[in-house]
Amino acid sequence: MNFDPLVPLLLIASSLVPGLIIFTLPEDLRGLRTALNLLGASVKLLLVAVMLWGVNHGHTYETEISFLPGLDLTLRAAPLPMLFVTLSAVLWLVTTIYAVGYLEGSPNRGRFFGFFSLCVSSTVGIAMAGDLLTFLVFYEMLTLTTYPLVVHRGTRQALQAGRTYLAYTLGGSVLLLLGIAWLYTLTGDLCFKEAGRLADLPAEYTPTLRLIFAMLILGLGVKAALVPLHGWLPQAMVAPAPVSALLHAVAVVKAGAFGIVRVVSDIYGIEFADRLGVLMPLAVAASVTIVYGSIRALAQDDLKRRLAFSTVSQVSYIALGIALGTPLATIGGLVHLVHQGLMKITLFFCAGNLAERLRICRISEMDGTGRKMPWTMGTFTVGALGMIGVPPIAGFVSKWYLATGALEAGQAWVIGVLAASSLLNAAYFLPILYRAWFRPPTGRVAQCEPAAGVEIAWSLLLPPLTTAVLALGAGLLAASGFSPLAWAKVITVREFGL
Amino acid sequence: MNTPFAGLWAVLLVGLPLLLAVGAYVAGRRIRPILVWIVPLVMAGMVTGLIHGLIDQGPLHYEIGGWTPPLGITWHIDGLATAMLAVTVLVMGAVCAYAPSYFAGSIKTASAEKTKLFWPLTYLLWAALNALFLSADVFNLYVTLELLTLGSVVLIVLAGTTDSVAAALRYLVLGLMASLFYLMGVALLYASYGTLDMATLGGQLQQDPLTWTAASLMIVGLLIKTALFPMHFWLPPAHAGAPAPVSALLSALVVKASFYLVLRLWFDLFRPVAPAPAAQFLGALGACAVLWGAIQALRADRLKTLIAYSTVAQLGYLFLLFPLSSAPAVAKTAWLGVILFALSHALAKAAMFLAAGRIQQLAHEDRLDRLTGIGQCAPLALSATALAGVSLIGLPPTGGFAGKWMLLVAGVESGQWWWALVVVMGGLLTAGYLFRFWAIAIAASEHPSQRAPVNWRMELPPFMLGVAAVLIVFLATHVAQLLEIGAAFPIGGSGEVAP
Amino acid sequence: MTLFTLYAIGGVGLFAMGLFSFVAVAHLLRKILALNVMGAGVFMVLIAIAHPERAATQATGVDPVPHALVLTGIVVAVSATALALALTCRYHAETGRATLPEDGPGNEGSGR
Repeated sequence: MNFDPLVPLLLIASSLVPGLIIFTLPEDLRGLRTALNLLGASVKLLLVAVMLWGVNHGHTYETEISFLPGLDLTLRAAPLPMLFVTLSAVLWLVTTIYAVGYLEGSPNRGRFFGFFSLCVSSTVGIAMAGDLLTFLVFYEMLTLTTYPLVVHRGTRQALQAGRTYLAYTLGGSVLLLLGIAWLYTLTGDLCFKEAGRLADLPAEYTPTLRLIFAMLILGLGVKAALVPLHGWLPQAMVAPAPVSALLHAVAVVKAGAFGIVRVVSDIYGIEFADRLGVLMPLAVAASVTIVYGSIRALAQDDLKRRLAFSTVSQVSYIALGIALGTPLATIGGLVHLVHQGLMKITLFFCAGNLAERLRICRISEMDGTGRKMPWTMGTFTVGALGMIGVPPIAGFVSKWYLATGALEAGQAWVIGVLAASSLLNAAYFLPILYRAWFRPPTGRVAQCEPAAGVEIAWSLLLPPLTTAVLALGAGLLAASGFSPLAWAKVITVREFGL
Repeated sequence: MNTPFAGLWAVLLVGLPLLLAVGAYVAGRRIRPILVWIVPLVMAGMVTGLIHGLIDQGPLHYEIGGWTPPLGITWHIDGLATAMLAVTVLVMGAVCAYAPSYFAGSIKTASAEKTKLFWPLTYLLWAALNALFLSADVFNLYVTLELLTLGSVVLIVLAGTTDSVAAALRYLVLGLMASLFYLMGVALLYASYGTLDMATLGGQLQQDPLTWTAASLMIVGLLIKTALFPMHFWLPPAHAGAPAPVSALLSALVVKASFYLVLRLWFDLFRPVAPAPAAQFLGALGACAVLWGAIQALRADRLKTLIAYSTVAQLGYLFLLFPLSSAPAVAKTAWLGVILFALSHALAKAAMFLAAGRIQQLAHEDRLDRLTGIGQCAPLALSATALAGVSLIGLPPTGGFAGKWMLLVAGVESGQWWWALVVVMGGLLTAGYLFRFWAIAIAASEHPSQRAPVNWRMELPPFMLGVAAVLIVFLATHVAQLLEIGAAFPIGGSGEVAP
Repeated sequence: MTLFTLYAIGGVGLFAMGLFSFVAVAHLLRKILALNVMGAGVFMVLIAIAHPERAATQATGVDPVPHALVLTGIVVAVSATALALALTCRYHAETGRATLPEDGPGNEGSGR
């Protein structure tokens, strides 16, 4: 019996089912809840491994679920979806471990982990979507499942952040929905296809296609935090650290960026989009975001807010890579999807650890933290250096390909943007590192007693260590056959038909 | 064609609740368990039998007692009628399971008296609804409409408050006026064409002033009963003031019944003879309802008022069908979309009201600003509102999304993009007022309340209805196939059956 | 002017008068009366339709269908009026008013 069509469903079910069960559990059954979470995450990782092996050996994993009349939901495993799914699965396992430790003793953990699992299911669905409608379905589910996570604490600030989040995302979803409906009436088919499908339409559709492109990108740009649609992201920092980690590294922001990649490469096709002339405005918007995000990050004293603006800036590298329209730039953009995820989640884990152990959230309070929490700050250093683009950490690889891609596209000004961004990154990360390592402890850091054993619980230390090692590995081993870089190359080769 | 077997189900679907209504009044407590549990299951079985008969044999015409028109009454069983019957069974089943616990926990005095009257009236309502969905004769529809109004009015009064009496009185007098409009229209139609049977009338209508007057009178009467803007003002006090299970029935089923009639009259009778601006006018009123209802819901200070205004808004969406279906290419899509929307709304709105009743019981209070943190007490009830609310907003993957998507596609494809804009704006506003409630419900309150023990009989029915509102989208293809049996498409001639 | 026309116009006229009264007057009892007048108007129209002159194709001369409609209508009207009156009495007993809140202050207890 052919199990292949079931696998994508199982992949979604591996987090959906535990999530739904967790909702029904009483609050105090934490052992069972943790077990369910970890079981789901492990099963998902296992399934991803199976799928990776299967795809390499000629299996096709495709499922169709009956949905609207004439339109089915499709899930399909292709190289680009698998890239995002693998990232999601690995980071979910790591974040689950972190969240279990971080939320120890907090109220409403049942609700939290339930929606957490549903959020990951939505992300997997977004990744595996075989057509734009399926993508939209899971994209909206992501909005719905992340809202309770953002407002988890229930404070006025959290609810306000939630309101802002909804205003932005639902507004974006209006544009997205209209754009998709319009596209459907034009072409009658919303399937993703490598190198896109719209090139065959008659020439009179060109202005309409440009307008639809704008609508889709604006709709997706809200989650991808393109300026000026990024306003929700810094405010969402009121959520607990695991939420910020997940939202910024894997789920929401990446989903938006992934959506932009999908629309450009698998609906329009990069070459057709270039001919339409829509890629240049996207590149400009991405560049503006890159610089603006970094400038705003400089001004922040709150660590998580600085990281939030850094995310705004860094995620646009992905859009920039796609928008440059050349193979090298595409590789750079795609691989940054993974690299930024690994590095940023490390930074957020560390921010969470600092808040948890030392009770600090401001950069001005971070003097001497390297003495008190060397492991945490060590991983923070790796992440920060990677963000700046220091080799051999992964961030350097993405920036290198983006720069060479810009040259290939003849858009040398982009190199200026990349350079400026790296300088700004250095400007807002290096002072943190200096404070942590080279200044004596002050304030709360000084008052903090040395820990009996390890500086903080293993469940809070292991995740950042893991992701930092992965970030380092992705950079060091980039030339090997199973790095994210190699994968991005495979995807690009297929997209451009090289 | 007279098919006795399927016809038997149809007769039982009306006759059984009617008999039980009388029985409930007479025998009261003794047959209560049967009324609550067994009868809804039996009715569900009969509807299923009807659906099977429909799929096997196509649309059925059933003449009651074998008497032919014009003196006899015919019932017409097609996909749309059966779909409405099915949704009625689902909502009624949930309400029947929910009601005993609700009235037992009611803080008002004389709850025994209320329970005594609730059952005969609810079953009467059920009989009237089923008869309405099955009728194919314009005068028979008048009778069922009156039954519906009278039953609903008394059900509202069961709340026992002065506000509910005022609301019921307002609903009654407006409803009676509306019925008289409708009856005058029927009289004029009969004067012109000499028949009351909808199938016969369908082919004969001509564009003359008398027909237009009759059509306007009938439609206006039904619009008042459907609470279309600007004749919507009776609905919020009535639906908010009634006991929760009654509100569920009213918002989910009773207003849908009059909309169903507008749909039937339009597509089976009046569309060929209606002037083009009429459809656009109905759509404009619908758009106003969507926006106005949502604005009022945003300003509501009580939970049930919020949900009632939401009904006003969602009913407005249904009227976008008329302008959208005037473009032949998308008429079928718009029709399917609106009906899917109506079916999901019935399920979702019933879930909302039933859950709201549970919340009101726990908090002893309906005002939104006193409901802070209520999610802690009743997470299952809140989840029911969450599932239902997602369908009302129209976010995927719910039935509401299916309807919204089809309306959007119809609007964009036919170039009537302004209706598409109304659809998405309405969705945003709906999200606005529903998230306002949910944010209050999950806010951290200064006096954290204990989680109340789950009252399964009150919390499971709305949850199941909410799940149904979500799952219906995965059955959308099958529902569409059911609806196409005997549908009034393709356009051009009314009464022609779609291939 | 034929009998049919007389009845028909009379019916429509009653309907219009009743409608006007319903909309313009606040007192609930008068609203209910107005509804009854509207109903009577509709019934008159129906009776006019039953006249042999209209039933040209009927062999029997008088069309029985409108009679059935009128009888049904009378039953419905009576029950509806009874319900309306009962509710009005209850409303008056509870609030002392005879008009709905939005229609302005009601006259306490008077039978206007």
